[in-house]
Amino acid sequence: MYLRLVSTTPTTTTPTTAGFDEADLVARAKAGDAEAFSELVRHYDRRVYRMAKQITQNDEDTEDVLQETFLKAYTHLDDFQGNSKFYTWLVRIAVNEALMKLRKRRSDRTVPLDEPVDTGEDEIVREIAVWDENPEQQYSREELADILDEAIATLKPSYRNVFVLRDIEELSIQETAEALNQSISAVKSSLLRARLQLREKLTRLFKKKGDNAFAVL
Amino acid sequence: MLSCKQFLQELNDFLDEKLDPQIRAELQRHVNECPNCWVVCNTTEKTVQVFKGYQPKAVPADIQNRLLAALEKRIAARGPLCRKVASSDVAHTAEADCPDTDTN
Repeated sequence: MYLRLVSTTPTTTTPTTAGFDEADLVARAKAGDAEAFSELVRHYDRRVYRMAKQITQNDEDTEDVLQETFLKAYTHLDDFQGNSKFYTWLVRIAVNEALMKLRKRRSDRTVPLDEPVDTGEDEIVREIAVWDENPEQQYSREELADILDEAIATLKPSYRNVFVLRDIEELSIQETAEALNQSISAVKSSLLRARLQLREKLTRLFKKKGDNAFAVL
Repeated sequence: MLSCKQFLQELNDFLDEKLDPQIRAELQRHVNECPNCWVVCNTTEKTVQVFKGYQPKAVPADIQNRLLAALEKRIAARGPLCRKVASSDVAHTAEADCPDTDTN
């Protein structure tokens, strides 16, 4: 036993970035400091968990992806040479794991094989209304998280994956394209459609009520 | 003047502020003159902001404990991270950080 890793009191608050030195923790973990690696795990586990859930849309797969991501990161830590942020490297491991789960489920035929046919109508804008001021404040943090999770779940996987990596995990377009093994133009196209579809869904909830809601009067 | 469809096609780059100044000025002119596109642009930007500010929930305690237990087991089985002789000898390439390979 090298260091105590199992937490008897799992963290329930968002880890702070104060005092969090990723480069130092990675260097220490590479030098064999398991506690440094466990700190990286505790810092990033909720983000990896959320991303895995958004991509796989399945609880069992989400837990598998979470575990495999950190186990592989630990095993291959020496392969991380600092060309990207550690978290970006972690995301790429997690995306690979999550996509493998999706492919396996497809081959098991437990999810529909067909994605919706692209009719070219994804960019149609139906809801044109301004939003209330800070509409998200009308909801508790939990309620808002549920709203956003549900909205993301309605996107088709190819749009969802791009949106999750680019706009939630804040990877660059280039990093998103590399992580998903797609062209930059494909990523940009999916991102636009994802953003517009999510905008439609949120506008239905967040739009200003009354006569001044619409742009064209 | 740009059509609304052309504006929509450029919306991402417009929001991400990665545009040639001349194209940006043209898009800005359209959005200033077209109330519908102004609303779509404004609410799309807000949509992205809402998601960017979306804090992840804590990992459920049982799942987190299973994760940490699995890691502890892996560490106990492997020992502290051992440097691979070859990894320090290979050339430093952009692909070197890519953990694509499934080596399990």
